[in-house]
Amino acid sequence: MRALELTLDQVWYVNKAYWRNPARAFFTFAFPLMFLIIFTSLLGTGTVHIGSIAVKQSTYYVAAMASFGVITACFNNIALAMTYGRDSGLLKRLDGTPLPSVSFIVSRVVHALLIAVLLVTLTAAFGHVAYGSSIPHGAMLLRFLVMLVVGASAFCSLGLAITAVIPNADAAAPIVNFAIMPVLFLSGIFVAFGNSTPAWVLWVARIFPVRHFALGMQAGLVGTPFHWTDVAVVAVWGIAGLLLATRFFSWEPRR
Amino acid sequence: MVATVGPEIAAVETQAGQAISVRGLRKAYGAVEAVRGVDFDIATGEVLALLGPNGAGKTTTVEILEGYRPRDGGEVRVLGCDPGSERARLKPRLGIVLQSTGVEPYLTVAETLRMYASFYPRPRSVDEVVELVGLPRKRDERVVRLSGGQQRRLELAIALVGDPDLLFLDEPTTGFDPSARRETWEAIKNLASLGKTIVLTTHFMDEAQYLADRVIVIAAGLVLAEGAPSTLAFRDRARARIRYRLTDGMPPAHLPFSAPDAAGFVEASVDDPVVVLNELTGWALDRHVALEGLEVARPSLEDVYLALIDGADAGSDGA
Repeated sequence: MRALELTLDQVWYVNKAYWRNPARAFFTFAFPLMFLIIFTSLLGTGTVHIGSIAVKQSTYYVAAMASFGVITACFNNIALAMTYGRDSGLLKRLDGTPLPSVSFIVSRVVHALLIAVLLVTLTAAFGHVAYGSSIPHGAMLLRFLVMLVVGASAFCSLGLAITAVIPNADAAAPIVNFAIMPVLFLSGIFVAFGNSTPAWVLWVARIFPVRHFALGMQAGLVGTPFHWTDVAVVAVWGIAGLLLATRFFSWEPRR
Repeated sequence: MVATVGPEIAAVETQAGQAISVRGLRKAYGAVEAVRGVDFDIATGEVLALLGPNGAGKTTTVEILEGYRPRDGGEVRVLGCDPGSERARLKPRLGIVLQSTGVEPYLTVAETLRMYASFYPRPRSVDEVVELVGLPRKRDERVVRLSGGQQRRLELAIALVGDPDLLFLDEPTTGFDPSARRETWEAIKNLASLGKTIVLTTHFMDEAQYLADRVIVIAAGLVLAEGAPSTLAFRDRARARIRYRLTDGMPPAHLPFSAPDAAGFVEASVDDPVVVLNELTGWALDRHVALEGLEVARPSLEDVYLALIDGADAGSDGA
């Protein structure tokens, strides 16, 4: 299992390099926590109705910001890191070595996944202490972890796929934000849905994976019902992303 | 210049001692023909420089040999493999230094080399490699803190750590200050002394002259000339040029000197500089004439190169 060994090696190197840029690491973790504090301060006093269950606004945001953190750590970071690596010639150099491309890609995804798990743990712990959100346990913990791993992988593969339409590293951040920000808003991440939410918004939320992923996170952290259909929708998006990435991913700068 | 696929192609495929053999190589990007039928061979252990202006087809040729790019036509063997269809077999035996410089900035020199070494079946030791490229004191420095020249030498070290049989260096010193160039040249000389076959592309004639056993000049997708740097295009047999600056009077009438140029220099192009110089200096001593800035020169590699490229331009304009 040479490829497996190389993949684990790569995870170790990626992780080493990751923590040697403390600014990048710090802000990846601080960003969702900062948003959590801001949103709960602004809007955290009311209640949100999810089906027949009433949830405190503040705990709602714990789950929403945990989802947001995972999406940033996976979709955004993978897309930006890959575009940078592609433009700087790092990917081309690696493509000229015997390192299997699967080892390269999988190691980056696994590392993003580890960061996502750490991020969710931190957000959940902070939310529990500051806002009294729940910590999943027992069977719910397992379901929660399945959603987390499926979701993080799916957002990584979508991050790989979107590099196909990013012409250069300078354009990466605007394009990634253009793709993800509207979906985040239309999926109730920043502003919870209510009775007056227009039908078309609900449809957008139903189609894209963000809302389904956030519902899974919510089930674990807030105690709302868990639906395997949410996991399925996110997984389908992940597989679609993987197929697109396999077909269109480029190891060389686009000029 | 259409490549003819004939029996001579099959014949060159398996010649012993040949690291690379290229016959009738062609590659077009859309309507632009970047390489239009190139033939050459590179012997095992040879250091070969590919010279040519920007857009001549050098990088395209090299990237086809490296396996990065498919070819449209012709035959290519690299270490006995077809880089188009047998890339995976070839990869462990190649070391590649690209023009762009992408290395993970937050790992140290030693970590980076250890990581690349782990990809190869029989890597060299990290200590040996940092020594070869002259970076032993930067072993534990992070890549982000290296100077441009040091980073380029790290890239050489990366290309070398898998102990390749064949090294490709694409413009290894472009953008360097003179001392960084010198250091990188020494590192490349060290590699050559290990018996590696090296294919170098460069814009710098002094680089080719210093490093290469043989030079191939490519322009507009074709091979214009090839030979040792000292004999390229009969440089060694070209006429010598004698020149000095007139301070007063005229040059000796019996010697073939030109009329003075704007700065007052006169020049003569001669077959035997020894005889002409003897006459010139005798004449000057007799008359107490100073021969200011006297020099005797053969055409440099650069002169020969520029003449070749100019000739190719004139040819393609006329066509």
